[in-house]
Amino acid sequence: MFKCDDFLIYDEATGTYSMSPEQQVRDETERNKWKTAGFTILKDWRLYLMLVPMIVVYLLWKYAPMTELTAAFRYGDFQHTNERPWVGIENFRTIFVGGEAAGFWMAFRNTFITAFYGLLFGFPMPIILALFFNEVRSNVVRSIMQVCVYLPKFISTVIVTSLTLALFSGNTGGSSIGVISQLLGMISSSPTLHARLNQGLVYTVEYFRPIYIVTDIWEHAGYDSIVFFAAVIAVSPTSYEAAQIDGAGKMAQMRYVVIPSILSTVVIMLIMKIGGLLSVGYEKLYLLCPDPSADNYNVGTVVSTWANNKLGYLQQAYGIAGEMTNNLIGMILVIGANSIAKRAADVSLY
Amino acid sequence: MKRKMEISELIFKIIAYFLLTVFALMCVYPLLFALSSMFSDFTAVQSSKVVLWPVGFQTEAFMYVFESPKFWINYSNTLFVTFIGTIWCLIYSILGAYALSKKRLLGRHGWNFFLVFTMWFSAGVVPQYLNYQTTGEVMAKMVGAGSWSDIDLKWLIVLAMGMNATNIILLRNAFEGVPSEIEEAARIDGATELQILTKVYIPMSKATIATVALFFGISRWNGYFWAYRVTEAAGQSYSWPVQVYMRDFLEEETALTGSYSADTATLSLGKGTSVAYAMVVMAMIPILVIYPFIQKYFAKGVNMGGVKE
Repeated sequence: MFKCDDFLIYDEATGTYSMSPEQQVRDETERNKWKTAGFTILKDWRLYLMLVPMIVVYLLWKYAPMTELTAAFRYGDFQHTNERPWVGIENFRTIFVGGEAAGFWMAFRNTFITAFYGLLFGFPMPIILALFFNEVRSNVVRSIMQVCVYLPKFISTVIVTSLTLALFSGNTGGSSIGVISQLLGMISSSPTLHARLNQGLVYTVEYFRPIYIVTDIWEHAGYDSIVFFAAVIAVSPTSYEAAQIDGAGKMAQMRYVVIPSILSTVVIMLIMKIGGLLSVGYEKLYLLCPDPSADNYNVGTVVSTWANNKLGYLQQAYGIAGEMTNNLIGMILVIGANSIAKRAADVSLY
Repeated sequence: MKRKMEISELIFKIIAYFLLTVFALMCVYPLLFALSSMFSDFTAVQSSKVVLWPVGFQTEAFMYVFESPKFWINYSNTLFVTFIGTIWCLIYSILGAYALSKKRLLGRHGWNFFLVFTMWFSAGVVPQYLNYQTTGEVMAKMVGAGSWSDIDLKWLIVLAMGMNATNIILLRNAFEGVPSEIEEAARIDGATELQILTKVYIPMSKATIATVALFFGISRWNGYFWAYRVTEAAGQSYSWPVQVYMRDFLEEETALTGSYSADTATLSLGKGTSVAYAMVVMAMIPILVIYPFIQKYFAKGVNMGGVKE
């Protein structure tokens, strides 16, 4: 007799098989799956109604734009994307190896380099700030400092870029050397630097990226330190005491108590930052170098601003194709980073 | 029992205090610079003589901004967009986050993915712009206007912009933290779904809601790029937010952006620059006013929902 107690019952008296009651229930459930789901939704309709506005908003203004992405595979001849004839990967060929390749690869390289340097110099700053904040024992003093360093995060990009342009301005076109440029001029007497200062540091090829990264750190470091500071103050005071009794100095305490305690937070934040690597703040770059004829355009253009400058239907298709490539790579980075985080720290970011 | 401070600790403390002070001053300095420049003599501003304190004194730049109807129209646009836009974003975010926080919601993982996917992948600037254009045209058709430049694009900015999936996830995590016993108690007392949300969940997650409202509000107040793209394409300077006006003024009347031309400028260069600083200060005032009150909330809110374990 073969074993089939899972879904059939063997009747010894008649020698026949019949459906087990459990299986009948399972079949019934399976048959009525949609009905049950419908009833659950109907019974709970208020809850589902609450979900509707959010879904509508996201469909209309986050998912509907994605339908325009088909334009990347079409010949951009008509106003409406759906009327355009398909051309396969022709647009991608144009931006990768064809007529638009120079512009696209320049923008792509800039995106990557800007993001990479931003991560390299911008990532340690909040951690250092958090460690320093931990040293400030007076709550009043620390609160005052924190209020100051969080503030730049809340200032608009337009104001940040305006002040950047003002503080680093050169003496061309009626303006005069900005205050920070004056300070740099006092510190160094190198003639090339002075020439650049006169030109306006933001408009030079060498200094554009450093300025972008410094202002970015200025904007975000304080605010980003919140998470690390929370991790640092979570370290138990007894750990410090134990280390002190064992004769650990300040540096040893840092090395063996604080750093290991905040390491998981650091790893998570680092992975998160790597995930967002290719989505550099294009608004700020757009405001700092809007002029395609200026020198800094070649270092300050990222894929988003490059695509944004594409006018006309034909050009737009290239822009869409290029930015789609960039965003797809960005998405792969995010998903990869998240799965690494899951495996390494058993923490999922989403 | 007081412990003797070791020399390495003392050195580290001194370095920490020093660098923190320097960084904190650096963070505040540009704002002081703008404030001083606003009240300094035009020639001093133009020749970058202002370093920290005002050089000379005038209130003409401030009065120019104060008496400029265009500035106030754009300022009121920003106020409108910030208030209505924040309320609109909060309404659908709170409702959606509440539904997502419920374990009994069918397809919960699917809806979460629906939300989170927008953080991973975005269509990009050109498709987004085409989408806003279509939205504008549809809105115009709905009210019977000819094209999108005939309708007030402030409404487009309010409805279609300022989405943020991170904020919804912050809210969802806060709602998940509310003990389900309280909800059950309310349900036994006969509360409806909406009452449970408004009488139980919202009061219990005040800190997070304040944080999220702050994030939405700040991003509305500071929003530039899309508002500029949309209003510029429709040729509608009357619905500019103040950020767009400020940038436009900077390009027209000051030599800072490199597109200045003395022929089209209406003010002298020094005055234009001073006026630009006055606008910067005026545009920052609302944020500076609410910032200290709400500052204590957001550190809490950020840590609460940043990482989901």
